[in-house]
Amino acid sequence: MRSMTNGLRAIALAGAAALALGACTQGSATRQADSPDGEATVRYMNFSANDGHENDLKAIVDAFEKSNPNINVQVETVPFDDYFTKLQTAVAGGTAPDSFELNYENFVIYADNGSLAELTDVDSSAYKASLLDAFNHEGTQYGLPESFSNVVLFYNKTLFEEAGVEPPTDDWTWEDEQAAAKKLTDKDKGVWGDYQPFTFHEFYKTLAQAGGEFLNDDRTEAVFDSPEGVEAARFLVDKVGNTMPTEADGAGTPDFDTDLFKSGKLAMWHNGIWMFSQLEEVDFEWDVVVEPGGARKASAMFTNGLAVSAASENQDAAQKWISFLASSDKTAEVRLDTSWELPPVADETKLASYLDQPKPDNREAVFTSLDAAVLPPVIERQQEMQDVVTQELSDAAAGRKTVKQALADAQAAVNELLEK
Amino acid sequence: MTQASVTETAVEPRSEATETPPPPPLRRKASKRRRRRQALWALVFLLPSAVPLVLFTITPMVSSAWVSLHEWNLISPMEWVGLDNYRNLLTDPQTGTVFLHTLMYVAGYLPLVYVGGLGLALLLNQKLKGRAFLRATYFLPVVTSWVVVALVWQWLLNPANGIVNEVLGTLGLPQPGWWTDPDWALPSVILASAWKDLGFVMVILLAGLQAIPSDYYEAARVDGASAWQRFYRITLPLLSPSTFFVVVISLINGFQVFDQVYVMTGGGPSGASQVVVGQIYDLTFRYGRAAEASALSWILFVVLLVVTVIQIRVQRKWVHYA
Repeated sequence: MRSMTNGLRAIALAGAAALALGACTQGSATRQADSPDGEATVRYMNFSANDGHENDLKAIVDAFEKSNPNINVQVETVPFDDYFTKLQTAVAGGTAPDSFELNYENFVIYADNGSLAELTDVDSSAYKASLLDAFNHEGTQYGLPESFSNVVLFYNKTLFEEAGVEPPTDDWTWEDEQAAAKKLTDKDKGVWGDYQPFTFHEFYKTLAQAGGEFLNDDRTEAVFDSPEGVEAARFLVDKVGNTMPTEADGAGTPDFDTDLFKSGKLAMWHNGIWMFSQLEEVDFEWDVVVEPGGARKASAMFTNGLAVSAASENQDAAQKWISFLASSDKTAEVRLDTSWELPPVADETKLASYLDQPKPDNREAVFTSLDAAVLPPVIERQQEMQDVVTQELSDAAAGRKTVKQALADAQAAVNELLEK
Repeated sequence: MTQASVTETAVEPRSEATETPPPPPLRRKASKRRRRRQALWALVFLLPSAVPLVLFTITPMVSSAWVSLHEWNLISPMEWVGLDNYRNLLTDPQTGTVFLHTLMYVAGYLPLVYVGGLGLALLLNQKLKGRAFLRATYFLPVVTSWVVVALVWQWLLNPANGIVNEVLGTLGLPQPGWWTDPDWALPSVILASAWKDLGFVMVILLAGLQAIPSDYYEAARVDGASAWQRFYRITLPLLSPSTFFVVVISLINGFQVFDQVYVMTGGGPSGASQVVVGQIYDLTFRYGRAAEASALSWILFVVLLVVTVIQIRVQRKWVHYA
């Protein structure tokens, strides 16, 4: 009998262990509620501080916690490439952070599926109206604009001088860019004239530069397989192997183009203004201009917003935090001083100090570009659309398909995504 | 061919004495209680592996079957759609493509890893200087993280400045685009996978080789059998249980290939190396199509089950247990 009870005891013990195990996994899923004395912890997940701006975000958090001593902000910074996978999994698993960053392309999906809390009493006078509106979904404010940025043409002044080529201006066209790129490319030295990724984001913008449309007016059909679309895709694809490295050279792998530019072997580079701070210590002269245009000028605009999780138990504290992060003077100051993305403030005089920063000289180009900003097309199945357009363009760039075929296939695939 | 002495592995003679002889009929009642107690203890000892198995394997399997019958984007509530997901997947050409890529992977990987592993096992079964060191070295990749191995191979096979292409270039051989060329992406992954798993196959086969009694070889030699005959008539048949194990495990692992593809090629270029599990991952975590991904998981499960059952059936014809 004795060993029988021992056996039972052992089972009970094992059972308890299993329960404890279950409790552990439960534990990580529960959110902290406001404790009686008003202390609250707000988790905040973001991607935009990754790779160089972690401390800048921390400075904003510190300032917020100083003026709100009973709110404690816990920052989780995730690289952009993994961000939406992580966020989606966290939301699905019930471990969503109280507040998080969303880019404009993904905002609609989250607003639509009910995972965002409605924001009330938003001080709309603090924000640029068009940006605030971008985070309003069917009449409800589900997000606040956090920052915006755009893409400009970076160029290596030193390389231009050495090759005796006139440096670019804000008025350049595609032809000017192509001609200069050809002169600057010296494959024997491993120097390339140009770099522009063949991706969805570059395509929707060059399409606009060519004067084309991505979706029809009521957003029910893709219409980019047009003469303008072919022209835009050709502009991107023809660079590859001629004035720009190919996939086989490493193009498209992480940091490839950044390293190429930083090592002084790339003359022109299409990239975002968030790169400014990374280029502070290169040992050549560089500057930026407004991206060259085709039929017209058009600049890609990236907008990030902030949202509160519908499942958060600290929604008030979370909204307080994101409002501070979106519109406080401290945030504006940090963003401008560190050449991060720009704050969405209504009062544009607040942006003036951005122009006082040393490098690059032609910071005006950032604001000039905004005059012709175009937002990316957004559909419900955004990621699939972006992937399929990027893949078709890479097929064309690698010569596996003709440009015409790639565009026709991409349009058919996007239309299929719109139907489902 | 000299066989290593069996004492190396020091196989203990299996003791039969631990089991008690059947009790006499008089003590039937006592023995019943005793048997119950034994069962109870068996259960206790099984718990540590049974609990995680139920929690982390059986439960997710059942729930994924349930999910696969719905429409679900991971976040919004589930909606019942019956077998629609299965129907859509089975008519989607992409499903066929990813299964074809997976089959091509298995077809390339299995012979490579088996022949390579067998070669290594035969070599390292000889009396060599530094044999223990060599065995450990060949086993090293097996215990290395896939991410590390895949990154290293990505560098080795870098089309522009990887060592492999440098060497091929100096020898005047063609330099393939490896993981950047759709035709070479899958072979690149196969190469890296075979290299990593060689050591595992080697260890299993080495153990199999050492279990073959040396008398057989001595007798064969006395009868004048050549080295090839000894290998073909003795080693291979007596190694067949180990071979069977290696084939079953490698096939299952091969069908579930993911890490190396994810790190080395990301399924590209142009989807040329997208495999079944990669597709399941993308569907769930990239596109939020969790229900279709669950359905695809079950299709893969059924395919694997069929393949394994066939293997078990067929093994009776070729596996010899000494």
